[in-house]
Amino acid sequence: MEKKIRVLIAKPGLDGHDRGAKVIARALRDAGMEVIYTGLRQTPEMIASAALQEDVDAVGLSILSGAHMSLVPRVLELLKDNGQDSVWVFVGGIIPEKDGKALEDMGVRAVYGPGTSTTRVVEDVRSAAAE
Amino acid sequence: MTDLANKVLKGDRLALSRLITHIENYSQDHHAVLDQLFSHSGQAHIIGVTGASGSGKSTLVNRLALNMVNGKNGESHHKIGIIAVDPTSPFSGGALLGDRIRMRDLTSNPNIFIRSMASRGALGGIARAADSTALVMDAAGFETILIETVGAGQSEVEIARLAHTTIVVESPGLGDDIQAAKAGILEIADVLVVNKSDKAAADGTAQTLKAMLAMGEELRAQSNENSRTNWQVPVIKTSALNGDGIDDLAAAVNAHRVFLQEGGEWKIRSTARLKALLERLVRDSLFDAWNDPDNQLKMEEILRFAADHKRSPYQSVRDLLK
Repeated sequence: MEKKIRVLIAKPGLDGHDRGAKVIARALRDAGMEVIYTGLRQTPEMIASAALQEDVDAVGLSILSGAHMSLVPRVLELLKDNGQDSVWVFVGGIIPEKDGKALEDMGVRAVYGPGTSTTRVVEDVRSAAAE
Repeated sequence: MTDLANKVLKGDRLALSRLITHIENYSQDHHAVLDQLFSHSGQAHIIGVTGASGSGKSTLVNRLALNMVNGKNGESHHKIGIIAVDPTSPFSGGALLGDRIRMRDLTSNPNIFIRSMASRGALGGIARAADSTALVMDAAGFETILIETVGAGQSEVEIARLAHTTIVVESPGLGDDIQAAKAGILEIADVLVVNKSDKAAADGTAQTLKAMLAMGEELRAQSNENSRTNWQVPVIKTSALNGDGIDDLAAAVNAHRVFLQEGGEWKIRSTARLKALLERLVRDSLFDAWNDPDNQLKMEEILRFAADHKRSPYQSVRDLLK
């Protein structure tokens, strides 16, 4: 049986806007991937636990609250502690360019702003999983 | 002993997680690991949770697992594995696995391990990998394994072959007493739950189900005097929303386990579970051999003969098995 790409889509932090996360989850599903959706208000600890138990290839974080500079590094750190540094982490939301660069320096593989086409995200995840 | 098997036995969660991925992808190289883990399995109480979509299975599993993991005085070290199955899209092959949304209380609990699983085309309400995943969780020391099926209709009864105890979740207002009298999913229940007891119609639904069960027991008593099972299926009202009835449900599930173990049926069910696993392995091995690229020419020839009506597919398959 072919290997399925597994992706965790999570919403860390306190904002309740999960439309973007759901759109991405749906697009990845329609591209044939298995998408684990965790729902709102996840702590970095919850996200890392879920990523471990689900053995995902990629983790997508959707953040609109502005708290990305504290939440994302913590998720990266916990993934690394769990031996999952090879997981492809991407972030979507409203991220200022300067912060986006900083996040990429920390190990985030892609930062997607508003208006990013879902096709691009699907292709990025697919080629990352093929590596 | 392989490195991976060793790590799983020692409780390495990443190793367990990776092994489940191998099982799901059906890669042959994991079979040696399963061989080694098999002798460590056979201890866990495997509980199936099934019912229609929207009946509240995930929320109920969340409540039940919390209740079990905390024990009566909160001192328990009980380890619980959860396998939550959702359907794979027949068109894209993808799946949106959303059972974790209702299990947020369990995500970071060190004594709980949740694996979401896509059905990947398997019929019957569970995934093909569910039996082997339960086996490796069992070997890894999880004492209770909860398997939540896809939203089930009337005929997704595979779970009963996989579980020691099957919980069927109904919710109020889904059909009349004729629905309850039909064959299928209600018949596999060891414990019947009427969830959403906060709704007005719950009492009526519970009454209907009890009447249906009583009738079934009369018939069984007439037809088979030495019926080996005299377990009385309890009907339990729960509200997964506010937690009502969850203690009763946990007690009923435990009572069923004790009933099985003391009455000798534990062994019968465990053997039946292994028989189901064996049958699946035989089916899958034959089918995989059929799909093997090395056999493609042969298979195309068989198909051509059938298409030309020169040799019947029945004959060809008999020849293949010789």
